[in-house]
Amino acid sequence: MIEAVSQIPLSWFLIVAAALFSIGLYGVLARRNAVAMLMSVELMLNAVNINLIAFWRYIDPLQPTGVAWAIFVLTVAAAEAAVGLALIISIYRQRDSVIAEELDVLKY
Amino acid sequence: MSETTLTALTWLIPAGPLLAFFLILLFLKRNHTASFITAWTGIGVALVFSWIVAGHMLGIYWQDYQNKTDVLEAHPAVIESSIAWLPIGDYYADAPHMLAGEAEAVGHVSTAVPQYNGQWLSMGVVVDPLNTLMLIMVPFTVLMIFIYSVGYHNYGQPLGTKLGTPNHGKEEPLFGRFFAMMSLFAAGMLILVVADNLLLFFIGWEIMGFCSYSLIGFWYARTYDDPNKIPPRYASIKAFMTTRVADVVMLLGIVYYYRVFGTLNFSQTMNGEALLRAAESPAVGLVGLAIITLLLFTGTDGKSAQWPLHVWLPDAMEGPTPVSAVIHAAAMVSAGIFLLLRIFPLIAVSIHSNPTVGIIIGGIGAFTALMAATMALTQSDVKGVLAFSTISQLGFMVAALGVGGFIAATFHLLTHAFFKALLFMGSGSIIHGMEHGAEHVHDHHTDPQNMFNMGGLRQKMPITFITFVIGGFALAGFPFITAGFWSKDEIFVEAFAAGTEGNFMGWVVFITLVLAAFMTAFYTMRQIALTFLGEPRTPLAEHAHESNGFITLPLILLSIPAIAAGFVGIPSNFLGTEYKSVFVNHFHDFAGAIYYEPLAVLLEAGLVSKGITTPDWSWVPISASLIVALGGLFLGWLVYGRQPLKAGEPDPLLRTLGEPLYNFLLNRWYWDSLYDRVLIRPTVFVSEVVVPQIMDKGIIDGLLHLTVRITFAIGGAMAAFERAVFGDGIDWLKDRFLDLAREFRTFQSGKIQEYALLSTVLAWIFAAFILIINFVL
Repeated sequence: MIEAVSQIPLSWFLIVAAALFSIGLYGVLARRNAVAMLMSVELMLNAVNINLIAFWRYIDPLQPTGVAWAIFVLTVAAAEAAVGLALIISIYRQRDSVIAEELDVLKY
Repeated sequence: MSETTLTALTWLIPAGPLLAFFLILLFLKRNHTASFITAWTGIGVALVFSWIVAGHMLGIYWQDYQNKTDVLEAHPAVIESSIAWLPIGDYYADAPHMLAGEAEAVGHVSTAVPQYNGQWLSMGVVVDPLNTLMLIMVPFTVLMIFIYSVGYHNYGQPLGTKLGTPNHGKEEPLFGRFFAMMSLFAAGMLILVVADNLLLFFIGWEIMGFCSYSLIGFWYARTYDDPNKIPPRYASIKAFMTTRVADVVMLLGIVYYYRVFGTLNFSQTMNGEALLRAAESPAVGLVGLAIITLLLFTGTDGKSAQWPLHVWLPDAMEGPTPVSAVIHAAAMVSAGIFLLLRIFPLIAVSIHSNPTVGIIIGGIGAFTALMAATMALTQSDVKGVLAFSTISQLGFMVAALGVGGFIAATFHLLTHAFFKALLFMGSGSIIHGMEHGAEHVHDHHTDPQNMFNMGGLRQKMPITFITFVIGGFALAGFPFITAGFWSKDEIFVEAFAAGTEGNFMGWVVFITLVLAAFMTAFYTMRQIALTFLGEPRTPLAEHAHESNGFITLPLILLSIPAIAAGFVGIPSNFLGTEYKSVFVNHFHDFAGAIYYEPLAVLLEAGLVSKGITTPDWSWVPISASLIVALGGLFLGWLVYGRQPLKAGEPDPLLRTLGEPLYNFLLNRWYWDSLYDRVLIRPTVFVSEVVVPQIMDKGIIDGLLHLTVRITFAIGGAMAAFERAVFGDGIDWLKDRFLDLAREFRTFQSGKIQEYALLSTVLAWIFAAFILIINFVL
């Protein structure tokens, strides 16, 4: 099992992660819906997690560093999603919209 | 009487008048009776103490004389006492011979703090033969003047109302102040007389200087219509300023004296040993001693009104007459001569080693004597004659000292004090009588002091007449029966002896003084004749009458020593008799004892030309003395007495001398005008023109204005700089920032995705940058 995995080159993982990150980034920049943007951020975080796990597995598998970082990131992502959704709900109740372009009051 | 008691009494001699001064000034001056009683008591106590001490000294002399000890050689009895008074410099207690700084310089390590134990200026009193004589004369004369002052200021008459001007016939309103200042004056003189060192001497000297200022200007509010007459307040300033010039120089002399001798004590310096040491020391030498002599002599020159500083004395007559008597007879002018007598061994050394010193002292004395005598010839003011006569007589004394006549000068100082005080008070009595006449006839325009307004006062004022004649004859040197004859004769003898011994100055002094003495006799007779003889020339003289008892009593008492004081000084070889066989010159032996030993030591060392000796008998000086005294008096009588002047008649001298010469003498040889042109006007010019116009307005104001201008320029430049940099510059900067902000404002859209895109682009750029650095460079 370990052997099978190890036959897959590291770059493949990195390419997947980069693709995933780019999709997430595109989503954050291009989607108008704040909920969709939040989901795209989750994609980007997961791309980072793939990178962390891949580097750990290929470079220093004997120390649980990458895994630990990945768990941290997951935890933060969960907290972020909770807070982000709460904010979006609160905004929606007030302004009846979740379109990011319309939420520009902090400018003033 | 024990030594301790005598010492205590000596200390207390000046205390009486000093205490009287404070008592009157602080408590009693409103009560005129209490004021003069206090002043009398003060000087009376001083008189008693002085005469007890002086009596003790005379007693010792008399005993020595009776025991046939050679009284001259016998060391003079001296009462001395002094206390350390003023510490100078700081010294270590365990190295008292070194100054603190010197001690450290030579590595002296002292545990003691610097202490004042090395040098002290001391304050002390001494009574020696010289000031014994002064102690006999000064308090007595001053007491007489004090008694006289009470009458002079019309005690008991209705109180005058005019402050600071004479209240004719009314009691002086500033009576208390007068007696206070007179007491202080007497205290100053007595301090000076008993002082055992030059510093205390100088303190007394300056106390008198101040008192003379305040007393000459006693009638400070008096003014005259005649612009040429100096009012009292200017006269007092003139007297003070003139003597100040001399005193500054004298103070320099005192400093040098201290530097040379290391002490100011008279007996420790004016002895053979100290003078020898100073003369042989390379740092001082005979030249140094001559310089000290001349510096100190300058003090005398001012105080005793010798040329060229004589100008203050005639104007000082503006003071009340008792003041003139005390300043110009008993005290102040005598102090100048007394200083010279105190330092006589120094003078003797200087005139022997440096003939210039002898020429200066003797020359100034003789010149002053002659000059002042000529001035006195033409004066019309009754006190004015006496003023010039005083200058002249002081010139006699200075000239005598200039040829080494110590005894002669001392003797003349003493007799002159008596008869000149008598004459001044007599003239005051005359003025008083004339003023009474002026009150009587309500004439306030005729000058009551002008002798040409007098005449015929002999019958009106008999006591004043007799005493004035006694004083005048003493001044003229009327032979044998007056004191002035003996003392003046002694001066002639000394000068003649100096001349025959080859001292050129001796002849100069002798001839000049004989001429001056002739004029003295002449102007004395002129004064007596103009004042007392003939018929009254004005209603003032017509209604004059004898002064009150306060005035006449001192006149009578003073006329006794004016006659008798001379008999103690008849030369021991008078008329060629064998030494001390018939006549004994007690004055010579008593006074001479003080410097007999020092001069003997110095004579042996060849530093002085003679010791205390009696000059050989010669008929020349006595003949000269007789001829000029009698001749002068007789000539005066011929001119003024035989046919007394009628009212309105001019002075016969005017015709004899011719108007230019007469005016030259009347105007005091124009010395005052000369000083006015040479000294006063340039000073006034400097202070009124040069200082305000050039220095104040030009230099000082100019500097200020320049500073102002520079400051304004700097301020303007700074203002411009600030306007440019901090004003416009900052505004420009602000506008640029605003512009920038306006540009950047568009970035802040408030749209989160634009921000995110921007961040992404920046992240790309950043990443590309890192990549380029890592892989391309």
